[in-house]
Formats: sequence, C-alpha cells, structure tokens
Amino acid sequence: MSDLALRRQGGLSAVIDTLYRRPRIFLAVLLAPPLLWLGVVYLGSLFALLAQSFFSLDDFSGVIVREFTLSTWVQLLAPANMDVIVRTVTMAALVTVADGIMAFPIAYYAARYARGPMKAAFYLLVMMPLWSSYLVKVYAWKLILAREGIYTWVLDKLGIEALLDWYLSLPVIGGPSLSASYTGTFIVFCYVWLPYMILPVQSALERVPGNLIEASADLGASPRDTFRHVILPLAFPGVVAGSIFTFSLTLGDYIIPQIVGGSQYYLGQAVYAQQGTAGNIPLAAAFSVVPILIMGLYLAFARKLGAFDAL
Amino acid sequence: MTSPSTTAVLFQNVTRHFGTVRAVDGVDLKIEQGEFFAMLGPSGSGKTTCLRLIAGFEQPTAGHIEIFNETAEGLAPNRRDVNTVFQDYALFPHMTVLDNVAYGLMVRGVSRPDRERRAREALSLVRLEGMDARRPAQLSGGQRQRVALARALVNRPKVLLLDEPLGALDLKLREDMQEELRRLHKQLGLTFVFVTHDQGEALSMADRVAVFNQGRIVQVGTPEDIYQRPTTRFVAEFVGSSNVLTPDEAPRFGGVSHWTSLRPEAILIGSAAEAMDIRQPAEVVDQQFQGAMRKTLLKINGREVWSLAPAAQALEAGRTVTVGWAQGALHAMKGEGAHV
Amino acid sequence: MRSEGSSLLLKLSALGGLVFLHGPLAIILLYAFTTEGKSYQFPPPGLTLQWFAVAWNRPDIWAALTLSVNVALIATGLALVLGTLAAAALSRTRFWGRDNVSLLLILPLALPGIITGIALRSAFNLMDLPYSVFTIVLGHATFCIVVVYNNAVARFRRLSPSLVEASFDLGADAFQTFRHVVLPNIGTALLAGGMLAFALSFDEVIVTTFTAGQQTTLPIWMLNELVRPRDRPVTNVVAVLVMAVTFFPILAAYWLTREGEHVAGGSR
Repeated sequence: MSDLALRRQGGLSAVIDTLYRRPRIFLAVLLAPPLLWLGVVYLGSLFALLAQSFFSLDDFSGVIVREFTLSTWVQLLAPANMDVIVRTVTMAALVTVADGIMAFPIAYYAARYARGPMKAAFYLLVMMPLWSSYLVKVYAWKLILAREGIYTWVLDKLGIEALLDWYLSLPVIGGPSLSASYTGTFIVFCYVWLPYMILPVQSALERVPGNLIEASADLGASPRDTFRHVILPLAFPGVVAGSIFTFSLTLGDYIIPQIVGGSQYYLGQAVYAQQGTAGNIPLAAAFSVVPILIMGLYLAFARKLGAFDAL
Repeated sequence: MTSPSTTAVLFQNVTRHFGTVRAVDGVDLKIEQGEFFAMLGPSGSGKTTCLRLIAGFEQPTAGHIEIFNETAEGLAPNRRDVNTVFQDYALFPHMTVLDNVAYGLMVRGVSRPDRERRAREALSLVRLEGMDARRPAQLSGGQRQRVALARALVNRPKVLLLDEPLGALDLKLREDMQEELRRLHKQLGLTFVFVTHDQGEALSMADRVAVFNQGRIVQVGTPEDIYQRPTTRFVAEFVGSSNVLTPDEAPRFGGVSHWTSLRPEAILIGSAAEAMDIRQPAEVVDQQFQGAMRKTLLKINGREVWSLAPAAQALEAGRTVTVGWAQGALHAMKGEGAHV
Repeated sequence: MRSEGSSLLLKLSALGGLVFLHGPLAIILLYAFTTEGKSYQFPPPGLTLQWFAVAWNRPDIWAALTLSVNVALIATGLALVLGTLAAAALSRTRFWGRDNVSLLLILPLALPGIITGIALRSAFNLMDLPYSVFTIVLGHATFCIVVVYNNAVARFRRLSPSLVEASFDLGADAFQTFRHVVLPNIGTALLAGGMLAFALSFDEVIVTTFTAGQQTTLPIWMLNELVRPRDRPVTNVVAVLVMAVTFFPILAAYWLTREGEHVAGGSR
C-alpha cells in the first residue's frame, strides 16, 4: 500500500477531500446547477411577469407604459373579469370533487384487492392514460361529441335523444349541443385529469397497513365504519395531493374550453387572449397572479394536511 | 502484540458535535498496533462515532487524531489505510461476491487477473469458497458477513474497523463468528477495532475494552479489569450484572462507605461459604433455573441481591441459608451512573 | 379479511372507471382506419390503411416529428443532469430551506402551464431572445426536472448510505464511487425518469405554444388541426402515432423501476 502522505497530494483529489470534509460545500455544489436553472430561468421569468402587472397598456397607442400603476389591477376587478375567475374556480372545484369520487373506487380496488399481475395491469391501466398525450385525449372527445359522432349514435340506439334534449334545455348546464355546453367542458376536464387523482389516492391507500383494517374489524367495526373512520381519514392526504393537480390543471387550461364548450372565457383563455390578440401583457400578468394566489393558498393548506408525503 | 509497541490509533481530546448534540465529548484514546480493541457502550454513547472518526466518515469538531503517527483529520476515508466491516455489511448489490471483494483493488488499478487471485485468497481466508459468482442477495447472513470481512481484508489495511459486525446474526452463528474473528486476528496480526453494545462479546473477544457513556470513555482496560474492577457504577451495571451497593449499604456487607460492586458469582451459598472472609445469614427469595446455573435472589440485611448458585443447588423460597464472599470481591467505585 | 373479496358495487365502479379512461383512446384507434375523410361519422362506413400512407408522405408531419424528438431529447438530457443533482442533494441531507427547494422543484408542474409559458415568453421578449429550438427546450427542461428528480430521489433513499461509505472506505475516489456504485444502483431509475421526461416533453403543448414562435412541434401541429380541422384522417393517424411514441417509454419506465425495486429490496 502506498504511503498516506504520498496519496494526499494531487490537485483534484485535494478538492474532493475538501468536499468530503465539508458536506455543506458538497451540498452547495450539487444544488447549485438545478437551483440556478429554476431560480433564474423559472422564478426569474415568473417575477418579471408579475412585475409587469404593475405596468399598464396605453389604450390608444397599444404600447406598454413602464411606470408603476395599479390601474391594471383595478381593471382586473371589472365584473366581466371577475365572472371569468368565478367561472373557472367553480369549474375547477367541481372537476376536483367529481374526479375524487370517480378515482376512489379504482384506487381502492387497485390498492386493496388487486394482486400480482392484476395489480401491475391495474397500475399500467391508470399510468397509460395519465402519460398519454393530452391533446390526443382532448381530440378523442372532439370525436365522441361530434354531431355525427358516437354519442348521437348511442343515444339514437338507446332511444333517449329526448332526454338529452331536455337536459340541454336546462339553464346554465345546458346549451345548443353537448360539445358547446358547460357539461361538455366539465366531462372533458374530468376525463383528462382523472388519472392525476387516482395515483396519489392509490399510493395513500397502499400505505394503510392491512392489519389496521383487521384491527378495526376485530374491535367490532362494520366494513362501513372501518371505511369511514379508518380508511377515509388515512387516504385523505392522497385525495388532497391529487386535487392539487386536478385543481391547478383546470385553473390554467385554455385548450379544452376552446375545443369543447361555449363561448365563455376561462382564466387560461383570458390570459392567452390578453397576451396574444390584445397584446395587453400587464393585464395578462395580473390574471396570472390569480391562479398563483389560489394555488399558493391551496398548497399551503395541502401541506398542512400532509399531502406532500403522498405525492 | 508486537514489541516495542507502536501506536495504531491515537485520539487527543477529540470532540464531535452534531448541532448541539455532543456525540463524542473530549475522548483520549490510544490503541496499540496488533491489538484487538473493543469499544463498548449503549446506543448513542459515542462509540460508533469514534469508529467513524477513525474511518474518516466523520471529522472531529475539535481535537487531534493520528493513525500510525500520521495526522488523520482532514484526510478523506479513501486516503486512509483503514477498512471497515459495516453493520449492514454494505455489500454492493449489483456486483458478484468476487467483484465485491476485488473492489478495493480495482479502484487502485490492480489488473484483473491479479485482483481476482487476491480476492479468491481473501475469500479462502474467511473460508468462503465457491461462491464467487453469486450476488449478495443470494447469500445467507453469515456468508454476507464473511464477504464483508474478505472485502475489507483484501486491501491489507493497517487497522480493521468492525461496526457491530455480529449484531444481525443469530446466537449460534454469532458464536462461530466470534471464534472466526479471534482466529483471523491471531493469523493476520492486524489491529482490530470493534464496536459493540454486547458486553459478553466485548469481554470474550477483545484484548482491551473501552467503555463509552454519553460521548466519553468511562473506563479502559483488559476485560478482567473492566469486569472485576469497574471504576464507576455505570461500568458495573453495564458490564455483566452486578449488585451495586449504596455507600449506606456497603459497610453492612463488609465494605467501606462507598458505592460498591459485588458480582453475583462472588456470593457463595451454604457449605461453599464456610471458607469466605465475610459470612452472613440470608433468606432465599426466589430461584431461576438457567441451565448451567441457578440465578438466586437473596435477602441479606434487608437488601435483595442476586447470586449465582450451581445448578445442583436447588433452594426453596423462604429458607434461611449462610452466604459468604471474599473481602476482595467488594469493589469500591465512583457513583456515576447512567443518566438518561 | 382480504380474502373476503370486494363487493360487486366496488368492482363495477372500478371497472366503469377504467372503461371511462380507456374507451376514448380506443375510439381514436378506430378512427385512424375509417374510410370517411370529411366528418367524424360513427360507426365508420368502412376500414382502410390508406391514411397511414398519406401521413407517411407528408413532409410537414415529418418536420414536426423531428423537431419534437429533438426538443424532447435535449430537454431530457438537461433534466437528467439537473434532476439527479437535486435528488442527490435532497435525498438524505436535511438543511434549512430544504422544503422550499423541493417546493421550487414541483412548482413548474404544480402551477398552471400557461403561467410558465407566458412568463417565459415575456422574459424572452424582455431579453430580445429570438424563438428557436433553444427557447422551447428551456421551457421543457424546466418542468421535466421534477420528473427525473422524483424517480431519482426515491431510489437514492433506498440506496443504503453505507454503500457509498464502503466505496470510499475501500479506496475509491468520488468519481469511481459514482461510476461503480452510485450509477449502477440508480441507473434504472434515471432511465425511467428520462423516459417519462421524454414522453412529457414530446407531448407538451401548453408551454410550447408560448415558447415556439413559428416552430411547429407535433403537438402544435395537432392543436392547429383541432382548432381548424383541415386533414381529419391524417390527424387521426398522427394521434395514434403520438400515442405510440409515448406508450413505449412509459411501459419501459414501468418495467425498469419495477425491477429496480426487486434488486434493491433483495440486497437488504
């Protein structure tokens, strides 16, 4: 073996020795590239955008006036814009609740009953739609909801077209056709984000130890009681984790309501239109703050409920 | 041991803090070359941190460490002629047994034929042959232990560190490995530093034992020293079982007014007590059959004490007997106990 | 308790959920073969393979596909490096601000994509950065980091810290330890994370519309068709193609991480 003193030399190895001796410096070296990337590229852009919400658009020249003003924020509070916000948040909340209800049986079955190859198949059957193309999924619904498409055909075969006509005649949820109504938008949102809810709920359920359920049964609880008092509370962080996705994704989406839905704007569309056709970056920036604020509150709330462990 | 003796590991007033926790608190230590040295203590007593300070996984907050007369602080673990057998063995799961053992040679640039030959030698040294191509996952606990040993020995380290190496093995295997380690130590003449919380293991294997408590060494000595002449109440209670008498009680047992240790096996019962310096009447409270011995609870002077009686000496509870012990069996010590 | 089995209601609702998830995807597949070229008529009047040939001969689709693959490859490469570094740093150590760092990592995925997109776009404008492959990659890598990070951090946590110590202890330096011990143990997780990042980037449209300028990735090509349908049958074929391109990496990622669990679990 070579001598200790001999092996101590060498420039690079000296650097590594230092790193080993000082774990804090080592940590900083590891963290610097990702933090710089996210800090400069992402946060930098984000703050630059938010700062622009304090500028304003000159209505006549269409030029952005780079002076501090709150006028853009006042503009955001206009009733038409508030309508957009309320509509979007309501939709996001409804989609989240609906996905939570739809996800639970699938997640529960996959976590508690599926075994071996069946479990793998279940997992893949949920993973596939989650990762498969967002646009393809939206496109599928365009095909389904088209006038000459499947849903008309199915309704015709079942002979319940009158029922749909009655449904479409209802205020708010109805419309000229399913693909031009709130209901259509709602269905597509639910469909596209459903896998994002299933997976966290499933992983939360999987972490409920089997003997806890046995203990509950042993202590005399009916399956219904066990579900209510043991399983549901333990799975709840998973539901919250899933809802972060369903909620946030709905808040920011501008493509689905554009393809399937009425003419009313959602938040994403408003941002898109303001920065694009209207060229009003300040108002677009102010609009962007709304989902950030909502998500910020939501994340803080979710963190309190321990949802990050279920991600 | 080689003479004149060389110091293998030297600690001078070494301290290691983790935040506000003083894991190691002013330790002085000298381990001689060729010694089988045990660091014994309860969990959290600082013994493992001391081992990691020798290996280089930790750096001292203050103090000075030397390994074979060379300053060790600031030296990365890969630059020390010290190798470790880890508590969980830390075998590389993606490598075969042979590649695991040859790893240290590979990273030093030893050619493949050479390092495989030496790895096979190391494996035969620990009596594990014909397993070269297996993965760690395919081995039993005892076999993994041997691979870990071979892997650490193949580099011919100056000091071999063993971190609770037998903790994960069952009793029979543990006894076999204790013997095996003694054999390897004699055969190789290396310095072994062994961390354990099992006092029996430390006493039976080591040349010298350091007893740790709360980040400090409370006593260093041969196993006989530690067992028969504990300097503090903590050592008496932690190493073996002992009847610890308070300064008030000790005079009634023939001692002086100090904290005093009286080992159960020193208390003889019945005719065996006749020849002893100190004799007293005692009441038998309870007896537990333990195979080779009968653990007997006696009441002497109103104080309950444990004694070890031969297996043949069955005594029913409530009987009065004569008990006795040698004056030398009473060992006065400092009153420091285990504070939690 | 478990052998008791599930109730019929649970079985049916789970099954119903899966049908709901997969039915629309099956319909896409069916439509790619329809003989009807002008509308979305159901059931298709006949089946044909001709649209695959038509799509094959479309240079605009090839150009979009090439761009998407290039962007996804570069973004994945960047995300692999940055995500692995972050995972190595955060997997074991606890330090002040650690929670904030992990929040920063998931933020690009947790905040609506449109905000990431518009923020990047206005930053590019402020810096007078022309739109290019580079600007698209910048956006994609940002949200791909967390995908790699999630895969890598899980594996790092399962990797016993004593393995790295053992490697140093046996004389290896930091590079040798990374190459011979760390990489083989996290390799499959990185590959899986990389595959998922690739699929995510290949498919991304929301951020891309803001960062692409005049460039057309495959999802942007599709979006244009969705908004103003011109080539319905070709769009159907492209939809199937996109499904196929994302399908295999996801399947591979699943098998890779599965096996990884098996190996790591067996070594304990």
